[in-house]
Amino acid sequence: MAMIETHKLAKTFKARKGAVEAVRGVDLQVNEGEIFGFLGPNGAGKTTTMRMLSTLLDPTSGQATICGYDLRRESGHVRDQIGYVGQKGGAEAMETGRENLVLQGRLYGMSKADAQKRAAELITRLDLEPFADRLAKTYSGGQRRRLDIAMGMMHRPRLLILDEPTTGLDPQSRARIWEEVRSLRAEGMTIFLTTHYMDEADGLCDRLAIIDNGQIVGEDTPNGLKQQIAGDIISLGLNMQNGTGAKVKEALHTQAFLRELEETDAGLQLYVDRGEEVLPEVLRLLDHNGAVTRRVTLARPTLEDVFLRLTGRSLREEQTA
Amino acid sequence: MAKMIRDCWLIFGSALRVMLRNPAWVFFGLFQPICYMLLFAPLLKNLVGVPGFPSGGAYNVFTPGLMMMMAIFGTGFAGFTVIGQLREGVIERLRVTPVNRLAMMIGMISVSLLNLLAQTALLVGIGLLLGFRPDVGGLLLLVVLLLLGGLMMASCSYAVALLLKNEGSLAAAVNLVALPLLLLSGIMLPLSFAPDILQKIANANPFAYAVTASRALVGGSLGDVSVLQGFIIFGVLAALALFWVTRSIRKAAM
Repeated sequence: MAMIETHKLAKTFKARKGAVEAVRGVDLQVNEGEIFGFLGPNGAGKTTTMRMLSTLLDPTSGQATICGYDLRRESGHVRDQIGYVGQKGGAEAMETGRENLVLQGRLYGMSKADAQKRAAELITRLDLEPFADRLAKTYSGGQRRRLDIAMGMMHRPRLLILDEPTTGLDPQSRARIWEEVRSLRAEGMTIFLTTHYMDEADGLCDRLAIIDNGQIVGEDTPNGLKQQIAGDIISLGLNMQNGTGAKVKEALHTQAFLRELEETDAGLQLYVDRGEEVLPEVLRLLDHNGAVTRRVTLARPTLEDVFLRLTGRSLREEQTA
Repeated sequence: MAKMIRDCWLIFGSALRVMLRNPAWVFFGLFQPICYMLLFAPLLKNLVGVPGFPSGGAYNVFTPGLMMMMAIFGTGFAGFTVIGQLREGVIERLRVTPVNRLAMMIGMISVSLLNLLAQTALLVGIGLLLGFRPDVGGLLLLVVLLLLGGLMMASCSYAVALLLKNEGSLAAAVNLVALPLLLLSGIMLPLSFAPDILQKIANANPFAYAVTASRALVGGSLGDVSVLQGFIIFGVLAALALFWVTRSIRKAAM
């Protein structure tokens, strides 16, 4: 069963200078029990989509079903099924971690005893014991984030939505969050998250969608995206006489495996399908056309390459933006 | 309905803990009325007997006005808390839970009203020491009227805070609206001193009716027409303000 299914979901904001189409028809499917990553440059419609899916914002048009309930007509049921951890977390700083957890549980209708029991359980599970009864404002970034996630888990949601769960955390804390997200998946929970970190998207997520200009521009497994969008990269260091360059390029362009060719300072960079299989053919063509190959590297594409090709922007630039 | 009351109570409990952990706020709220009672009210004593000054003695005229001012100005700044909560994502987190939105607002605002009750008790206490002699039934009704006024102002303050999302702008907005309303309500000095034109403007000011009502109540004239006017005006405005703020929280975003 799909935990999130959207059809032409769109949001238009009214602005002083006419309407801004923040999201222009997003089709997404997130399956039960997967970790689904949602990537996109700032201003691409990522946050707007997240806010619509978590009932914070009404869509302008389109449909969405969350955990089997209609997002617009059954938002009450949707709220019961989802846990949401926003970018800013949302714990009350002047209350202790435990107070925050218990209140959160009770707002979902749990009895005081149940909420206290569940809070104690999550405090143990997320290693919050040493500071569970201190005010949340005293927590470090990693501690605060673990509390936020525990709060999102209080009512045992089927779908957990995490908006940039590890942004600004040290590597240790990030690893700790990943570990938790994986163990949640092992228990059958579905996780929908956004991230600016390539390693997080690549290593943690089962499937990814990339949004740009309010539309989904790619959706697949991390490896699928890399193969489908970027292809393998062959970097060549070449010595070419006058005229050879043009001949070489012409010869390469006739090959079906070539997706794209870029000239670099040292020679050429090729984007190809099945790099290890076509490499001998490439070398033969170079030799045949009189180019001297000095150096060859074959690289798998990274998600960074995928992101760059799909959006024209780098994930890392976004991180600092 | 049961869920509504439960949600109200839960949010109130949390908001109360948070307020009590910021004692500076509580202190600030109590400091102001003390100043007015000790540093300003004595000046009015010499006005008793001046033509136009209401009967009943300086403290019976000034204390109810001051109580009304606390209700209006003190709660007017209630929205400050919500700006911090908006910034820290607390409001967003609450809005994803099934919490009843009206209950959420009433729960938060109730803390401001509790604060107002404490301030009122302090004012009355100091007043009694200095010569304030209210009618007991009237005083109790006055407290209800004050709570209605506080509910209205706190709701407006929250709604404006959700709109402006900035402490500085909120403070400016509250002062901009509340100051002229207060000066034209006869709180500091009775409007009977005012020139004709100001009195006419004051007739359009809902607070002027409430202040007149508060003096009537303290004087024991519970059946005075101003009392009915005051309750109707504050009741209707409070309901409208509560409707406004509940609508605002449904859409609130940083």
